[in-house]
Parts: sequence; C-alpha cells; structure tokens
Amino acid sequence: MLLHPSDQQKIRQSLDALPSAVRLLFFTQSLGCEGCAAAGEIVAELAKLSEKLSLEEVNFVLDKEQVAAYGVDRVPAIAILGKEDYGIRFFGVPAGYEFTSLLDAVMLAGRGESGLSADSRALLAAVTEPTSLQVFSTPT
Amino acid sequence: MAVESPLVRASMISATEYPDLVRRYQITGVPKTVVNDRVEILGALPEQMFVSQALTPPA
Repeated sequence: MLLHPSDQQKIRQSLDALPSAVRLLFFTQSLGCEGCAAAGEIVAELAKLSEKLSLEEVNFVLDKEQVAAYGVDRVPAIAILGKEDYGIRFFGVPAGYEFTSLLDAVMLAGRGESGLSADSRALLAAVTEPTSLQVFSTPT
Repeated sequence: MAVESPLVRASMISATEYPDLVRRYQITGVPKTVVNDRVEILGALPEQMFVSQALTPPA
C-alpha cells in the first residue's frame, strides 16, 4: 500500500460521490520503460478505491490504434476519461504531489464541470483552434 | 480548461521521467506550462490571468 489508510478513506469518499464514472486508460510497455511499473502500481491502487473508477491497460507497443486515438506519444501515460474524453492526460509516474494532480484530474473528469469563472469560460468558448497545454511538474 | 473546450487538451507531465522534454522546453522550474509549443507560463497564476495568458498568442 502506497497510500495511508486515512487518505484512502478520504479519497474513496470523494470518488464515490462523483456524478460520472471515470475510466483510466493506462498506457504501458514491459520493456525499456523505467517508470511504467511504478506508475502501474499507483494507478492500480487508485482504481481499487472506488467502483466509480475503472482501469484498463493499453500496450503502447502493440495497441497502435488506441495509442493513436488517445494521442499518447510516450509511456507511462494515463488518459483520464469521464462522460467523454476531455483530453486530459498524465505522463510519467504520479508520485508525491503529482498524485494530487492526478486525483484532481480524476475528480474534474468525473464532475464534467471545470468550476472556472464566467470570464474564463467566455475566453474558452471563443477558442477556435486546437490548443495543447503541457503542464510540467515534479513530485516534490 | 480542457473540460470547457473540446479544442483544448491538457497534459500533465512529470518532468523527472522525461529529461528530453525538460531540455526541449528548457524547464528550469515548476510548474511551467507550455501552450502549443509557443506560449510559456512560469509558476502558478490566478485563474483568469492564467487562462487569458494561455489563450493569447505571443505578439
């Protein structure tokens, strides 16, 4: 167990309360991927916490179709899917503070609401071209 | 932002695992956000400031 039992309980409650189920697609490969095993352990532990979460493993080498469909160009990677695919991805091992980011993303996908201000939503409604945000973080 | 717009995609990237990206985008501190390989936002900003900077093409 990587998560403290009291944290597990809190996370379970938040996940159980989500209006929509969340699918985690975990892209991995068995050889030549340093972080894949660690990332796999973390997502498996997270997915176990609530029936609202489901986990599917996708072989990055063999399953080219899914890899292309979800725009995954490296592993380990997690596609976080709610009622629809909002385009939310996590690349790398979600350790330390990054686990919180992953969890936030799961909650966001399960709610299907951004919680952004009216001004921000107006700006986003005006977006007309594909926009890719890459947010870099570290575990500490 | 990705939830609000079908055109917006959001990737969280753990810098530790991807030294190639750290070099390519010259990540010297986190959080750092790269938008369409053009706009760079360093640090955490208040929401509206972040959204407007992220969506404003550089002059």
